[in-house]
Amino acid sequence: MKTVLSVEDMSVTFALHQSEVHAVREMNFSLSEGETLAVVGESGSGKSQAFLAIMGLLAKNGQAGGRAMMGDINLIGMAPRQLDTHRGKDIAMIFQDPMTSLNPTLKVKTQLSEVLVKHRGFDQRKATMAAVEMLERVGIPEPVKRANAYPHELSGGMRQRVMIAMALLCQPKILIADEPTTALDVTVQAQMLDLFKTLTDDFGTSLVLITHDLGVVAGVADRMMVMYGGRAVEKGTVDDLFYDPRHPYTLGLLHSTPHIAHRTARLDPIQGLPPSLEHLPKGCSFNPRCAFAFDRCLAERPPLADTGNGREKACFYEGPMAYGKVA
Amino acid sequence: MDQTPINLLEIKDLKKTFSISGGLFRQLTLTALENINFNIRQGETLGIVGESGCGKSTLGRCILQLLTPDEGQVLWLGQDLTRLPAEEMRKRRADLQIIFQDPLASLNPRMTVGEIIADPLRTLRPEMNKEERRARVLKIMEAVGLLPEMINRYPHEFSGGQAQRIGIARALITEPKLIVCDEPVSALDVSIQAQILNLLAELKDEFGLTLIFISHNLSVVRHVSDRILVLYLGRIVELATGDEIYDDPRHPYTRALLTAVPIPDPKLARQRNIDALKGEIPSPINPPSGCTFRTRCRFAKPFCAETRPPLEMIEDGRLVACHRWREIEVPEEAVLGA
Repeated sequence: MKTVLSVEDMSVTFALHQSEVHAVREMNFSLSEGETLAVVGESGSGKSQAFLAIMGLLAKNGQAGGRAMMGDINLIGMAPRQLDTHRGKDIAMIFQDPMTSLNPTLKVKTQLSEVLVKHRGFDQRKATMAAVEMLERVGIPEPVKRANAYPHELSGGMRQRVMIAMALLCQPKILIADEPTTALDVTVQAQMLDLFKTLTDDFGTSLVLITHDLGVVAGVADRMMVMYGGRAVEKGTVDDLFYDPRHPYTLGLLHSTPHIAHRTARLDPIQGLPPSLEHLPKGCSFNPRCAFAFDRCLAERPPLADTGNGREKACFYEGPMAYGKVA
Repeated sequence: MDQTPINLLEIKDLKKTFSISGGLFRQLTLTALENINFNIRQGETLGIVGESGCGKSTLGRCILQLLTPDEGQVLWLGQDLTRLPAEEMRKRRADLQIIFQDPLASLNPRMTVGEIIADPLRTLRPEMNKEERRARVLKIMEAVGLLPEMINRYPHEFSGGQAQRIGIARALITEPKLIVCDEPVSALDVSIQAQILNLLAELKDEFGLTLIFISHNLSVVRHVSDRILVLYLGRIVELATGDEIYDDPRHPYTRALLTAVPIPDPKLARQRNIDALKGEIPSPINPPSGCTFRTRCRFAKPFCAETRPPLEMIEDGRLVACHRWREIEVPEEAVLGA
C-alpha cells in the first residue's frame, strides 16, 4: 500500500524558563493510504503534541525536530506560508472541542467556504454550494439551514460534524483527529465513528485517531501505536496489541478499561501516576509502575525494537505476562 | 445486601422545571424531570445513565436538595426532605454527600488539603475540637490513599486522580450513608479512572455506603452498579438490575444506547451490528407528544405519538416505559454481539 506520511526521528521540545521539556522523542511511523492508525496514551504521553508539530501548530516555545515526509515534502520546519499551501488541502486536523475551533462570529457557511476559495480557487457562490453539499454528506439534517447558522446555535455533535466537513472539503489525503468523540454522547460518537469508516473505506483518506479510549480504537483502527512518557512503547496491528499485548503498559491499559460485556468485581489498574515529562525516571520511563521491571529496566532505557510480524516494542521483559500480575 | 433491603430513599412523582428566557417578555419552561418514581435500597449502587441534557445531574441535585423540586417527595427513611426546614436539612446533610466531576474545580484553591477535607465538620459537627478533626482527617486520608504529609499542601499541587481522592475524602468525613457520584471519573486518565473505581468499591464495602452513580459512560456504570436507571428527556424509560439491562434490555432506547457503547475488543467490535440512533435528543423545551423517544425510535407506531407510555412494572421490579415492549424482540446475540 502507498505510504502517504512517513515520520522519521521526530522530536518535540518545549523551552521553559530555565529548562527544556522533551514532549516527544525519537518518533517513527508511517501511514498508508486508507489506513486508520490509532495513537493511544494518557495525558502527557506526547500523543497530541507530536501531531500538532506535524501541522506546524506547536505553541511558541515549542520546537520540532526530525522529518515528517508527505511524499518528498518535509512538513517539519517548513515556513508557515509554505505550510499553508498544504494544511487543509493535503493534511487536516480536527480537535476534541469543536466550539473552541470554530469562529463564533462567523456563519458556518462562511467558515466552510473559506478553504475552497483559498485552496481551490472557487468563487464564493460555488464554494457555498460545495459547503452545503459536504454538510449533507457528513449527516447534517437541513444542511441549508445549518449553513446559515452560527456555531452556538448547533449541538455538540453537529459542531463536530461541521469540523469534519471543513476538514474534508478539500479532500485531504490525511486527516488527524485528536480525541474527536471524547466530548460527545455515545450515540453521537457511534455516528461519528461510522462516518470515519466511510471516509477511509470510500474516499481512501488516511486517518490518525488520537485517543485514550481503547473501545473507540477497537472499532475503527487498523494499527495502533501506544505512547508513554513521550515515546512510542509498542506498535502493531490492533488485533495483535489487544489479544497479545507485549508491553506491560499496553496490558495495563487493557486491564484498566471496563468492558461492557463482562463485568468483573475489580478492575486491575496500573498503579501510580503517569510520569511528569520534566522528571522522567531513569531507565525505562514506565519502570516505577511496572510489575515486571527488573534491574536492567532501572538502569537502561529499552529501545523500540522489531519483534517480528511488523510488531515493535520497547521493553526488556520477555517472560509471560499473566492477568492479575500487573497490580 | 440484606435479605429484606430497606429503602433508604423513596422518590415520588418528582418534577423539576427551569424557567428560561425566550427573548424579550417571553418565558419558556424547560421540564428537566417529570414523573420520577423510584427507590434506593440501603447498600446498593444505583447507576443513572442517559445522554447529555437528560436530567441525570439535575436528579442527583434534587435528591440532595441542592435544587428544590417543583413537585413530589424525596423521602429519606420516610422523612420528606423537600419539606424539611433549612436547619433540619443542614443536619441531614451529614448523611448525604456528593462527589463532582471536575476534581480540581470543586476544591478551593486557597485552602490546604486538610482544611478542605475538614471543612464539612465545621458546620456539621461543630462540637469537635481541632485535634479530633485532625485525627479524623488523617484517618480518612489514609482510607482514600492519600499520604499524611499531603495534609498541608494545596490542590494545584495534585494531579486529577489525587484531587478526586481529596473530593472523596471530603465527602466521607461526615460519615455519610449515601453519596451521589456525579461523573466522578470522566475527567480522569484510563489507568487513574480504574484506580478511583476500585477505591469507590472498597470504600463502599468498608463504610457500608449507598451510592448513586451518575455517568454517561455505560461501561463504567455497568462495572459499578447493582441496578441501573435509564433517563431520556427527563423521564425514566427503564429501571432494572445491571445484568437485566445489559443482557436483556427492554426499552428501544436502552438497546440503542448499549449498541453504541464501544467495546474494547476488535473482533467483537467488527462483528457488531450497531443499531445506531438517528438524529439527536429533541429540545426539552418542546418535547415530542406521546412517547418522547418516538422521534428516534425505529419501533415507533403512529399511536406512540398520542399517549405517553406509563412506567410499567414488568417482572421482579423491572420497570419500563414503552407502549411496545411486549412486541419488541430482543435479538438472539443480544446487543453486545457476544
